[in-house]
Amino acid sequence: MPFGINETMGQYSELFMLLAAGTYTVAFIAFAWDLAKSSKALRAVDLRAAHAGAAAKVPVGAGVGAGSAGARLDGPADRAERPSSSAARAGGAGTGGVMTADGDMKYATERRVPARVAVALTTLAVVIHGAGVVTRALGAGRVPWGNMYEFLTTGAFLVAAVFLLSLIRRDLRFLGTFVVGLVVIMLVAASVAFWTPVGHLVPALQSYWLVIHVSIAVLSSALFTLTFAMSALQLVQSHRQRTVAAGGADKLGFMRLVPSALSLENLSYRINAIAFIGWTFTLMFGAIWAEKAWGRFWGWDTKEVWTFVIWVVYAGYLHARATRGWTGTRAAWLSIVGYLCVIFNFTIVNQFFNGLHSYSGL
Amino acid sequence: MSERVNVKKKQSAPVAEAKAQAALPALGPKGMLRWAWTQLTSMRTALFLLLLLAVAAVPGSLFPQRPANPAVVTQYIKDHPDYGKLLDSLQLYDVYSSAWFSAIYLLLFISLIGCVVPRAIAHYKAMRSQPPRTPQRLSRLPEYGTLVIPSGTGIPASDAINGAAGVLRKRGYRVEVRDADGAVPSLGAERGFMKEVGNLVFHTSLIGVLVSVAAGGLFGYSGQRILVEGDTFVNTLVGYDQFNPGTNFQSSQLQPYSLQLDKFNITFDRESKGKFGQPIDFAATVTTKENPDAAPKQEILKVNDPVSLGGTSIYLTGNGYAPVVTVRDGQGNVAMQGPVVAKLQGENYYSSVVIKVPDAQPDQLGFVGFFLPTAFVNDKNVSFSADPELFNPQLTLNSYYGDLGLNSGAPQNVFELDVKNLTPLNARNLAAGGITLVPGSTFTLPDGKGTISFDGVKRYIGVDIHHNPGQAYALVFALLAVAGLILSLYVNRRRVWVRTGTAADGRTMVEYGLLARGEDHRLAGEAAALRKLFAAEWQLPGDAAPEDVAAEDAAQSQQTPSRPSDNVAGSVTTPAGPTGPEKDQ
Ligand code: HEM
Repeated sequence: MPFGINETMGQYSELFMLLAAGTYTVAFIAFAWDLAKSSKALRAVDLRAAHAGAAAKVPVGAGVGAGSAGARLDGPADRAERPSSSAARAGGAGTGGVMTADGDMKYATERRVPARVAVALTTLAVVIHGAGVVTRALGAGRVPWGNMYEFLTTGAFLVAAVFLLSLIRRDLRFLGTFVVGLVVIMLVAASVAFWTPVGHLVPALQSYWLVIHVSIAVLSSALFTLTFAMSALQLVQSHRQRTVAAGGADKLGFMRLVPSALSLENLSYRINAIAFIGWTFTLMFGAIWAEKAWGRFWGWDTKEVWTFVIWVVYAGYLHARATRGWTGTRAAWLSIVGYLCVIFNFTIVNQFFNGLHSYSGL
Repeated sequence: MSERVNVKKKQSAPVAEAKAQAALPALGPKGMLRWAWTQLTSMRTALFLLLLLAVAAVPGSLFPQRPANPAVVTQYIKDHPDYGKLLDSLQLYDVYSSAWFSAIYLLLFISLIGCVVPRAIAHYKAMRSQPPRTPQRLSRLPEYGTLVIPSGTGIPASDAINGAAGVLRKRGYRVEVRDADGAVPSLGAERGFMKEVGNLVFHTSLIGVLVSVAAGGLFGYSGQRILVEGDTFVNTLVGYDQFNPGTNFQSSQLQPYSLQLDKFNITFDRESKGKFGQPIDFAATVTTKENPDAAPKQEILKVNDPVSLGGTSIYLTGNGYAPVVTVRDGQGNVAMQGPVVAKLQGENYYSSVVIKVPDAQPDQLGFVGFFLPTAFVNDKNVSFSADPELFNPQLTLNSYYGDLGLNSGAPQNVFELDVKNLTPLNARNLAAGGITLVPGSTFTLPDGKGTISFDGVKRYIGVDIHHNPGQAYALVFALLAVAGLILSLYVNRRRVWVRTGTAADGRTMVEYGLLARGEDHRLAGEAAALRKLFAAEWQLPGDAAPEDVAAEDAAQSQQTPSRPSDNVAGSVTTPAGPTGPEKDQ
């Protein structure tokens, strides 16, 4: 038998969620401010360099790295360099190297005050958000992922927390606007479209498999969210690199803060690999649970279909990374398509397709 | 297969491609077949088929599917006269057993086999052969570095190479020392064979999963049964209300165990506002016997917690109320007595009831109506059930007499009464009115046709019984697949070569290079770690060259084919043999 329900806790939780959403919004603004300010600073550095007439060869852009990296875009040729981390390390040696993440996405020397403010605000927001998730769990007397409102709020928390954790080792602050923006959208959507009061779980969800299966699914989705952001940036960056390499004007100054398309691709591949293993477990544990709950481990229920589709798309992505002509931009597109499937699976499938998984709580 | 990118592959790939192209004009059926096979087993085709499989799976979630819900499909076709039939002819209601879906995954798996087998053979050979020859120019490798052992330490080139071999062996490399006593000894080392093994296990296990699923369908069976409190199910063909055997099913497979439903309890949510009255716990107390002579055993059957018995699993899938009624016929005899399973129709266990009394004399009797656990009548005079529990149970029925048609032999649905050939006795719009019963009450039918009493209410459960011999295998293969996947993604396959030599002034020069096969973002880390270990091995005091310097060297040397400027190691580089890593596959 489940524990009792505590409505007061539930109300506290909603208050925390609201506060967290507000704090994230401010953090989002700070991240955007950082992008604007830093790209201005970078341009000034470039300008000074040009005036000084120093080494007329000003590299494409900070994160993009030294001239050689500019030519090393997508396509098979660059794959030769992939295993060599030294090549990537040689990147980021451009003008802005002091300010921005290099190819390895290690922290650079320059302090970016707005970025620090943004990270501090995000940390604060994550703490408040965490309190919201915990009070929700206490209010309902169970794990806080039993309906869509809870999937979304807990999922958003994980996205933000994973992002913060990754900041400890890598300078991924360039992703801040994107990730924190997504988190805000998730929280707003949860509160506006999916709000559900605290309640008991329906018997079909009362299983320890809920704890295992759903937590891994939400965690993998959080990782897919990060790689989605990176792949989207990768497409923009690779377009920009191509334009600049062809002698075009660099219209997307703020993208200088972002590492090269190749570095983005490599890092998102590594994260996608982890998330893919997580998704494999999601699929397997889901099947085991289905066997426990419904007596068959696979029945092509709509939710099962989409979980399978997502798995196959990301398997395709991993294959693409090993297939000539499919690395780079195409792989990034697959990663994006995979994430769109994740979103579709969560929103449309949960609400409009009826299957056995009708637990949206709406 | 060889499209995994690497320094050397870059050079060999065009060759392979040229070969593949060259195969095209090789006329004749054999050549064509070979060409088709090459195409089918290429990585590009695998990728294409994978993406195609993802796309092909989608329609199954857009249209109702027969295996899950045949009735909905029939209704859907009726509701969409314009294209419903067309979709059917395209097998869009049976997507996962359709010709096109099967074709895609079968092709994919053929391609997979065509891919795994040669690769497994190649890898088996690779695991048994020595590491590749030492390349001529180590400085061209992605990670490269040099070390100098001062002349006074008494470590000649041959000792140095053996020392390096020891270090590498301890680190899990398989090492071959070459020309140990020559002027320029060298070694080749390789590790990470489990990466490829993992990849092969992963892909092979996918085939295992597919075969297990197919086998489960062939040899398994499933069935349904409704049990009212007090009922006993015996696992024989007649014990089932509905039975779906697999293609290879034999009735001797059924072990005659029994399961009796003692009691069924539901807990309803009385706490939260939004979900007030929703069931939050179902628990069926059952008594089971493995076989007719076995000792009885009491167990709790719950949602998410099936009972395992005689090689089958029994699942709680439905429940409802079963009002207990007694019908006496016109001659005063009890023509029917017992619980009647009421079928859920709406909220709060608003359920429909059909009672057929073929034994009634002189006329057979039939009743149709509703059961409401907590009956309420709203201001529009419509009855509804206000709560799922039995606060005000009520049976409202219409009655009929005549030939129920049960003797014709045609199968009938127990939940439906065909009233076409029957004469109505009781109904709201008739003079005699409808029948309304509460527990303990009796209603006398008009024209001396008999009586009906409502004795009480029991609960019933619906159980699904499944036997799937494939699923344990599917699980084992799935776990193997994950293990293989993790190995394949996280083991790094690396090669290391070391060459030593003696400089004119007596110092021992060491150069080493590393090469990754496949994605390996930690190669530089490995190079640094090896450098440290080497330095410790030869007790080089505070080896100054940080990782970055070595790496920078390598980066430069990649751009300029000339020797590193600091040519200490270069002086000992002599032709190492005809095959560098360029030739290696
Ligand atoms: C039928 C032809 C197939 C071929 C030729 C093939 C080939 C390969 C190859 C060469 C790799 C290694 C890539 C690497 O080392 O990164 C790989 C990896 C992988 N394959 Fe396949 N595969 C096939 C089918 C499948 C199927 C049917 C699936 C699953 C639906 C699948 C899932 C994967 C996954 C997830 C990986 C990533 C693991 C890794 O990177 O090692 N493959 N495949």
